[in-house]
Formats: sequence, structure tokens, C-alpha cells
Amino acid sequence: MRSPPWAALSRACTSVVPGRRRGRCTSGRRSRMQKISVLLFLAWVCLLFYAGIALFTSGFLLTRWELTNHSSCQEPPGPESLPWGSRGKPGACWMASRFSRVVLVLIDALRFDFAQPQLSHSSGEPPVSLPFLGKLGSLKKILEIQPHHARLYQSKADPPTTTMQRLKALTTGSLPTFIDVGNNFASYAIVEDNLIKQFVSTGKRVVFMGDDTWKDLFPGAFSKAFFFPSFDVRDLHTVDNGILEHLYPTMDSGEWDVLIAHFLGVDHCGHKHGPDHPEMAKKLSQMDQMIQGLVERLENDTLLVVTGDHGMTVSGNHGGDSELETSAVLFLYSPTALFPSAPPEVRPEKPEVIPQISLVPTLALLLGLPIPFGNIGEVMAELFSEVEDSQPHSSALAQASALHLNAQQVFRFLHTYSAAAQDLQVKELHRLQNLFSKASANYQRLLQSPQGAEAALQTVITEMQQFLRGVRAMCIESWARFSLVRMAGGVALLAATCFLCLLVSQWATSPGFYLRPLLVMPVTCGLTVATVCTGLLATTGLQLDPVVLGAMAAVGSLLPFLWKAWAGWGSRRSMASLLPMPGPVLLLLLIRFAGLFSDSFVVAEARAAPFLLASLILLLVAQLHWEGKLLPPKLLTIPRLGFLTPTGPPRHHGVHTLGLGVGLLLCIRLAGLFHRCPEETPACSSSPWLSPLASMVGGRAKNLWYGACVGALVSLLAAVRLWLHRYGNLKSPEPSVLFVRWGLPLMVLGTAAYWALASGADEAPPRLRALVAGASVMLPRAVAGLAAAGLMLLLWRPVAVLVKAATGAPRTRTVLAPFSGPPASQADLDYVVPQIYRHMQEEFRGRLERTKSQAPLTVAAYQLGSVYSAAMVTALTLLAFPLLLLHAERISLVFLLLFLQSFLLLHLLAAGIPVTTPGPFTVPWQAVSAWAFMATQTFYSTGHQPVFPAIHWHAAFVGVSERLESSSLSAFLVGANTFASHILFAVGCPLLLLWPFLCESQGSRKRRQLPGNEAEARVRPEEEEEPLMEMRLRQAPHHFNAALLQLGLKYLFVLGIQILACALAAFILRRHLMVWKVFAPKFMFEGMGFIVSSVGLCLGIALVMRVDGAVSSWFRQLVLAQQRGGEQSGLVFTGAESSAGEAQPHLLPLCSQELLTSGTSLFYNSKL
Amino acid sequence: MKDTDIKRLLYAHLLCIFSIILSIFIPSFFLENFSILETHLTWLCICSVFVTAVNLVLYLVGKPNTSSKRSSLSYKVTRLLKCCIYFLMSCFSFHVIFVLYGAPLTELVLETFSLAVLLSTFTTVPCLCLLGPNFKAWLRVFSRNGATSIWENSLQITTISSFVGTWLGAFPIPLDWGRPWQEWPISCTLGATFGYMAGLVISPLWIYWNRKELTYKNN
Repeated sequence: MRSPPWAALSRACTSVVPGRRRGRCTSGRRSRMQKISVLLFLAWVCLLFYAGIALFTSGFLLTRWELTNHSSCQEPPGPESLPWGSRGKPGACWMASRFSRVVLVLIDALRFDFAQPQLSHSSGEPPVSLPFLGKLGSLKKILEIQPHHARLYQSKADPPTTTMQRLKALTTGSLPTFIDVGNNFASYAIVEDNLIKQFVSTGKRVVFMGDDTWKDLFPGAFSKAFFFPSFDVRDLHTVDNGILEHLYPTMDSGEWDVLIAHFLGVDHCGHKHGPDHPEMAKKLSQMDQMIQGLVERLENDTLLVVTGDHGMTVSGNHGGDSELETSAVLFLYSPTALFPSAPPEVRPEKPEVIPQISLVPTLALLLGLPIPFGNIGEVMAELFSEVEDSQPHSSALAQASALHLNAQQVFRFLHTYSAAAQDLQVKELHRLQNLFSKASANYQRLLQSPQGAEAALQTVITEMQQFLRGVRAMCIESWARFSLVRMAGGVALLAATCFLCLLVSQWATSPGFYLRPLLVMPVTCGLTVATVCTGLLATTGLQLDPVVLGAMAAVGSLLPFLWKAWAGWGSRRSMASLLPMPGPVLLLLLIRFAGLFSDSFVVAEARAAPFLLASLILLLVAQLHWEGKLLPPKLLTIPRLGFLTPTGPPRHHGVHTLGLGVGLLLCIRLAGLFHRCPEETPACSSSPWLSPLASMVGGRAKNLWYGACVGALVSLLAAVRLWLHRYGNLKSPEPSVLFVRWGLPLMVLGTAAYWALASGADEAPPRLRALVAGASVMLPRAVAGLAAAGLMLLLWRPVAVLVKAATGAPRTRTVLAPFSGPPASQADLDYVVPQIYRHMQEEFRGRLERTKSQAPLTVAAYQLGSVYSAAMVTALTLLAFPLLLLHAERISLVFLLLFLQSFLLLHLLAAGIPVTTPGPFTVPWQAVSAWAFMATQTFYSTGHQPVFPAIHWHAAFVGVSERLESSSLSAFLVGANTFASHILFAVGCPLLLLWPFLCESQGSRKRRQLPGNEAEARVRPEEEEEPLMEMRLRQAPHHFNAALLQLGLKYLFVLGIQILACALAAFILRRHLMVWKVFAPKFMFEGMGFIVSSVGLCLGIALVMRVDGAVSSWFRQLVLAQQRGGEQSGLVFTGAESSAGEAQPHLLPLCSQELLTSGTSLFYNSKL
Repeated sequence: MKDTDIKRLLYAHLLCIFSIILSIFIPSFFLENFSILETHLTWLCICSVFVTAVNLVLYLVGKPNTSSKRSSLSYKVTRLLKCCIYFLMSCFSFHVIFVLYGAPLTELVLETFSLAVLLSTFTTVPCLCLLGPNFKAWLRVFSRNGATSIWENSLQITTISSFVGTWLGAFPIPLDWGRPWQEWPISCTLGATFGYMAGLVISPLWIYWNRKELTYKNN
């Protein structure tokens, strides 16, 4: 037996010297400085990540603003009167129409060389026999027989060469990028002005057949449509045969003005077999026959356009910007003569290359329509020559007038666009404006004096063309080109930051780790680099890009840090210890990393994430068993002396842990029922429970669901209250606890009332409509306001502790075993022996105390042991309720599951983590990984998917009275809805550190649940080992801060490798078919999720630190009060207490510096 | 002594592998249109039966636990019944775990259950043969330093590799290759079979390599 430490302590206390006081103050300040530097370090790491994400995004996601302005017949594009030739003609819009009908045949992925005329065997080389060559014989025949009627061009598509973007380009004449920032993210429908819209507004009947992508792009635009599914790439024939079935009957019926047929077979053949395959020859021959048939049926007023939307690579894929992908066929034909001259016979196999979007203004003017507002294509001047009277002058004048209209329209667009967005280069814009005004003036002058020379006309035409090409070049520069350097730089920055996280998280808990010197240098370096760069740029007058500047600063601060770390690390440790993760966890993280590179896995992530999480959980259980922590088989025969070694890990019963694991799996599976499909596919059907209750018909089911949702709310509230009650924190008179007791039920009431109003709003009587509308706006606001008030209270007074002045000696307590009679079993013995032991100890201590002269005045403080987690849980609940309000009603069940499963997971993890008293404290990798997996899983189980049409837009209208009251508020609400799980799990991350300490009292709780009725339980005896619980963390503030830092860095690492994988996937697979459909949206969602998570993580850690600071000041006040009250007094602190009414204060050692050095004596519950 | 043990282990394992290979080829003589992928359930049943039979034969020949004191008929019958119950229990619990892992709950129940039967054949049947219906012994064997003979060591390895194989078999399911073997539960059954066979091959080799380090408490 050791001598009781309090004796030594009191001896020490008698010899307090003033110098120690000063030491205490400095130690307090040091601790605060430590906290601040931990937070600063985390913020710095976050900033590094942000810089990497921003740099990558600026190179990868090219953005463009969508304008919703429309051209119209009545409104000419320029200030001048309508041009020459259209005056006085009825039905003409901007220009007289040359064709009244058009047949547009779009053959997906019809690469140019598929239609290229075969070389005549003039050269000595043997003819190359590739399957796709020379299969489109009808084109060749027409070109040879009717050179004035047909022309073949090589059309040059702009990247991204994916079908949807190309269709947008082919109808709007613009350069669609991945993100066209417009009003509408919810659907793919084109909001910009486009050809189809112009057709419809001028009363033309548009008939469509083919690829069902058009249905999404132009909903309801077609007078008649035959859509066929485009989803299955392996299916070569469904779409084409479907079109062929309807094509000729429709043509013959004559009930159309515009006929669009979009064939997919060639594209699918390319994806499935590649271009060099006999199937491709068959497919092309089929297309050839189809064109042949069309040509035979054409009438004189009809124009035939055959074009491919893009090409394909040698392997048959497309999406990128290589030569083969961007070259496509464009073939024009009309039964009336189109061209005044035959094509220049220089090299028939190398026809003219024209940009793809040139088709848009050409078609518009040929059909007598206004050019779509956002078009930046250039008309094909050749087509506007006068065919009948082939005077060169009038031909040139006609071409010039078409070009002028086109230029005016483009100028109008540029003017409007540059007023709305700032992403075009100002200098270039000015140059182009000058060019346009000059050309325009010249053209006007020529019109005034029609006798002008032909040479002057040609100059005007050239100037206009220069202007149009300049505009296109400028737009391509800012809208349609990946910046590989930026992408690579962003990926490298992300990777380096992940490495930094790994390094420092290993380092943080090692002895002799001091953060501040590590922090100061990189920050100063980064700032210096940033300033120097700014100065350089300012002096050289270059344009300042904040993204690049941020990246430079990040690199500037990262490099010295890594260099220093490398030097410090290399001298001390081997590199092998850098990967400290246990193998299986590393494997799971690697699988997650690799899965982000496969489009199938990204699409199926809603199932893959729960699978990985379940694997990790079973692995944890199996590992616990493997290491023998589940069962105490060896100890079964030996009398248990566990209570003598309270620092040992709590022995969890095997069944208990197994139950935790199975419960977790069950929760995950149940949450998976709220699944939403990434897109409408026959194989997958979204859960019907994701829709709001208001959309339900059938009163009874609706009422039952409403009851279930309110039940979920109430049980969530009850669970949180029960938890707080169990750890005793509910008894504190602090305002935050009072808020939990009274404010939370109010919030539940408000939410339930809001749901009732929202789901039954349509059934309200008309008189009450206004009232209902007002209430359904006010209620969410009230709930959110309550939550905000609660959080404020929590921040103001986070210490939920009940302080009581206990009279008399705290140690005189009844020792009563909750059973009578002789002990029957081993368990009883286990229970009784400690009681007897305790009693003896009690006696001994009493005698010892009696030797002291004065009876100490005692203060009992309850619930200190769970003070951190109580604040965390309260904060999480307060956050969860407003977030819940943003979701559909039935998601409340998922939120209940979320709380339940994170509770179970924390318990399961705590079973595997030993509680180490002196520190260093660590959070193992499997805990952090499981937490991150669970955040991902919850993202999906709350009905989200990382695609734009799946965003819950209705969240923008919760508590907002008018539609689009303010767009930033709407964005905030939608963002909070989308990233709710990210927020909750990131803020709750410190619980991973706290929970094992909280579970320390598990053993004692267990005992209490042994037989025995209420009365016996109430006089339950004190446990031998007083659970110190979270006060252990306070005993070693340095280790506590280091552990928080480590936890933050580990979580950032796990999140960081996800965003790194997404960025890398988008970088490597930027030519992939699915890059714009899968990888790019995934990257954006991951990026946003990372930002939200990192902010939440910092806030969560800051909250823990705030609680810590509050606890410190609370102690200080208490000690001061005690000093004022009496010369020597005792302090008693208690861990958990369930019934504070008759609670017996536990003695908790508090070795905080303040108390050790103060003049108060301290009861120390020691092991004798 | 030890080398002969390892040799016997190797032969037993080769016999197990042979039985799986036989289950692929023999039925095609008797059944028309038999193939692993198309008549998958049939193959699963046959494979389970074959592997169980070989394990039983090995058990009867080898008699690994000769320590059974009683040899009365009633004892044997209760033991047999217990074994059957254990087997069924393991099938049902595997089924539950598959469903918890994301297998469809109401559709393809028979397929899921046959996967559970197959996995039980690969894991529970050897356990029953070697350790008997004694759950405590199972728990002991599957913990660190729990194995007391090379047979138990090889049991650890084959069981774990069967589980890992089944687990890995789930990964091709979401891929869009459109192969027939990607359907649930074919890839998992194939994974389990390959994992089991890999375990059978690896365990004698592993034991042979580590024969110096492996010391058992009993002997």
C-alpha cells in the first residue's frame, strides 16, 4: 500500500510559495496559447487544401454564364435598319428565307474520315482497307453528280466532346462548358436562346426522333417526338431501327417543317467495338442507305443537313479535345442549287474546315429566323451567294449583309455578356469592339453608295470575319480549354497537404513536439511569398488572379514546412513509421480511394459506402475478439481483482459488443432504405419515402407517416435528454441545460407544427390560407432562432455542472450491498468483496481524517466527468433540428438512425481504445475512418446524390416567404440541406476522442443493472474506482491539445485523400465518356463537402476548447471562493451521477495546476 | 513428426480442392445443359455436397479429436444433431449478415441462402469436423495464439480466406461490364470458392515456411 497522496499533497500545500502562483498564471496562458496555435494550425492546413481545390477547379471547371435573353423577329440585332434584300418581303425576319423546311440528320460520333472521299488510286500506295472507310458512298455520288447542290465540310467541334454539350452547342451556337451558370440547376433543360426555340416561336412544326437526351434539353418543344433510350451503350440498334421505322412515314406525311433525327448506333458501336470493327462498316452502310432514302424524298424547298456531333478516338471514346474527337462530318444538300460554283477542286479529300457552331447562324438565316441570342458562330458566307444572277457584286453584297447581321448579333451578345460577367479579357474585348465599329461603319458607307468597288466589299467581309473569329477565339480561351498546369498544380498541392497531415498527425503526440515554431515559419513564408508576388504583379501590370496568388502563398508556406519537417524527421525516425495505420484500415481507405476512379463505383457509392462501413465494423468486432478483448476467458477462473487496477481497459462483455456491431449494421441497412437513384434507370428505383408528405394522397397513410415522423422527433429528443440525464448533466442550473430541458421540446413542437401545416397546406380552408402561409414561414424561422439562441447560450456558459455545498464529511456513506443473503455466485462474490474492501478503506480514511483538527468544508461538483461531451451532444442536437427542418419529413427517421448509429459506433470504438491516464491520448485510425465513412453513408441515406438534378431544391423555400427572396440565403439553405451529414459528423468529430473516457464509467453502470429493485439501487454503493472520465484529459492539457490536433489532422487526411482521389480521377480521366456526367459533379460535391466539413471540424474543436477554457475559469473561481470562505476546505468533484437529488458526490482528483498550487487541500480518491 | 503432419495436411487439402474440381466436371456427365454460370444453384448444391462429403470422409479417416471419452450411440446422435443445428444456425446467420451488408431482402432469397450454405460449407463444416459442436473451442481457435495444432492453424487460414474471398467477390457487382457472372450472388460464390481454394493451398505452405516459429502449448 502506498501512502495516500493527499497526505503528500497537503504537505506540499502548506509550503506554497508565491513563486508558484506566477507559474500557474504562465501555465494557464501557455495552455491558451497552445489552443490558439492548434486552431491556427488546423486553419492553415484547411487553407492549404482550399488553395489546392481552388487551383484545380480553376483549371478544370470552366464556367460560363447563361444569358436568358432571346432574339426576336421584331427586334433587329443592331441599331441600323434591316439589311439589304429583306425589305418588303413578307414573312421575313432578319433576312429573307431561302428554305422553308429542313431535315437535320445527326449521326452521333460521325467522325470526318468516315465520310471522307476515298483517294482515287492515283498515288502508288495501296489503298488502306479500314472497315469504316468509304462506306458512305451516297454522299460521294451526290457530290460528284450535283456539285452545285451539295457540299461536304469538316466540322470542328469544341471540347468537351460529349453529346449533351454538343447538342447545346449545335442549337445555341455557343460554347457550352461543364457549368453553365444559369437560373436552373434542377434540370438539364436549355435556358439560353436556341434554334429549337426560334423554330417554335416562328410557328414551325418540329418533329424529333432518336436520342432521348433531347427530351431533357427541350422539354415540350416538339410537335411530335419519338424518343428512344440512349442509356445502354451496348445496344447498337434500338435507337436507329426505331428512327428508321418512323422516318420515312413522317417525311411522307408532310406534317413537319423541321425534322430532326438523332442516330446513336455509330457512337455506341464505337464505344462497344471501336471504329476498326466490321460492325462499324455495317452501321455506316445502314446510315448510307438511310441518307440515300432521304435524298430521294426531298422536295425543292427543303435543306438536308447531315452532321456528326463529334468524332471518336482510335478506341472509340470521346469527350476530350484530340483531333480525332473534334473532327466531324457536315454535309449539306438541297434539290435546288445551293452554290454558285462547284467546290474548289484543289484537294477534294481535304475539304474546308469550319467550326461546328457555324451551322447555327447559317441555318437560322437560311430559314429566315433570328439568330439565337447567345450565338458566337460565324455564318458560312458561301451559302448566301446569289445563285440565280451570278453577278459577283450582288453575291458579295448578300454575303456581307448576312455577315453584318451575324456580327451585329454577336456584338449585342458580347455587350450584354460582358455587362453580366467579368470572365472575358477586357483588353481583347476593347480591341474587338473597335474592329466591329470600324467594319460596321465601312459596311454602312458601302450601302450608301452601292456603286462601290468589289474590293471594298471584300475588305468589309474580311473585317467582319476577323471580328467574328476574334470573338470565338476569345471565348474559347476563357470557356473551353483545360489548363493542365493548374490541374496538375492543384493535385500536387492536395497531395502534399495530405502528406503533411499524415506527418504531423504522427508527430503531434510524440514527446517534445512544439507547434508554434513549426507554425510561425510557414505562415510568415507564405505571407512573404504572397506579398512579393502581389508586388511583382502590381509592378509588371499583369492581371491578378487570386486563385494563383493563393496557390503561390500555399506552396510558399508548405515547402519550408515540409523541408523542416523532413530534416527533423529524418534525423530521428525511419520513414517506415510514417504509415502507422493498421493494414486492414489502410486497405479499406485504399479501396475507397481507388473506387473514386471508377465511374461505376461513383454511381454505386450509395451502396459501396455502407458496404465499406459495415466491413470496417465487422472488422473492428473481429479484431476485438482476435485480441481477446471481448471475452475475459483467462480471468474467468481467477478471482477478479479488476477494481484494483482502474486504469485497465473496461472489460466489455462479448455479447454486448456483438450487439453493438449488429445494431450498427441494422441501422446502416435501415438507413439504406432511404436511397435515391443517381438517375432514372429501370434497374434502380428511388425510395418513395423521400418525397414530402404533402405529395401523398390518401389520408390514412399520410397520418400514419406523420405520426411516425413526429415519433422520430420525440424519440430523438428523448434519447438526447436520456443521455444527458444518465450522465447527470441535466441537473445543472446552467442556462444551456435549461435550454435543453425547455427549449428543445419547443423546437420539436415547432417542427411538428410546421410539418402538419406543410403537408396539409392544400387542404386548409381558403379563409385560413394566409394564416397557414404565414405560419409555415414563421415556424421554421422560430425553430432556427431557438437553435441559434441555444447555441449562443451554450457558447456563453458551456459548463453544465451542478455545484453543491455539501455539509459534513463527504465520506460517511452507507455501504449497502443491493442483495441480502449469502453470495450465491461468482458475480455476487465479485460484488461483495469490493464492498467489504471499501468499507475497510472508509474506516481507515475516517480515522485518518479525524487526526486532522478541522472538519473540512466541502463543495461537491457533479457531472464534471462528462462536461465536454455534454456540450458536444447539446450542440449537435441544436444543429440537427434546423437541418432536419430543411429535409423532407420522413428523413427525420434517418436523423434518428444517424444519432443512434453514431452512438453505437462510438461505443464500439471505445471498447477498443484503452484509457490511458497520463497521456498521450490518441484516436486510432479506424475510428476516424469509420467516422468519415459514416458521414458519406449518411449523405446518401438522407436522399442525396452527387449530381445536380438530385439536389433538394425545395430546401430553399423553407422559412422563406417569397420565391427567391435572396439568392444567397437560398444557396445557404440548399447547401445546409445537402451537406447536413458532413456538418454533423465534422462538428461531432471530437466525440471520438472524448467517448472512451466517457465509457470509463460503463463498468460501474453495468453493475448497477444487476438484480435489485428501485430502493436498493438508490442506495447503490460507491464504486471503488472513481471514474475520472473526461477529467483525465484535463490532467494533461498539453496532451489534450495535441490529441485534438491529431484528431483534426487525421480527419482532414481521410477527407483529403477523398478529394485528392476525385481531383486525380477528373485529371486522369478527363477524356472519359463519363467525365462530365459523373466525375466532375462528384468532384464538385466532394470539394464543397470538404470545405463544409473542415469548417465544421474547426468549429467542433473550437467548441471543445471553449468548454475547456470555461472549465478552467470555473475552477479558478471556485478556488478563489473557497479561499475567501475558509482557510482550508475540501473540494469534491463528481463524475457521473444519475439522480442528483440524493447524489453522493464522488471524489475526483483534480490535478489541474491551479488546484495543486492553491492553498486548498484536496481530497484525493486514491487506491491505497 | 511435424513434417509428416504437414504432409497429411497437404494431402487432405489437395483432396478438398480435387472435390471442388470434380463438382465442376462430374455433373456435366449426368445433367444436360450444366454450366457453372447458367445452372448456378445446381452447381452450388453439388459443390456444397462434395466438399461436405470430403470433409466427413477426412474426419472419419483422420479422427482428429480422439479425446472423446464417451462413445455411446446416444452421445453420437446428440452430437450429430448438434452439428446439424450449428450448421443451420450458421447458414441463417450468414444470410442475415448478407442482407445487412446490402443483399436484397425480398428478392433472390434462395440465391442468397445458397451462398450462405456454400460459405457455411467452407467454414462451419471444417470447424465442426475438427472442433466439434463446441462454440467455446471455436472462439478459442479464432483468437490470437489460440491455435493448438497445425490443423487449427490451417482452419484459421482457410476460414479467413473464404470470408475474404466472398467479400472481394462483391466488388465487381457494381461495375458496368455486363458480364453474367457479375450478378448477385455468382461473383460472391465464385469469390468464396476461390478464397477457400487459395486458403487450402496457402495454409500448408504457410505452415511449412513458419514451422520453426510455430510452437504449440499442448505438445
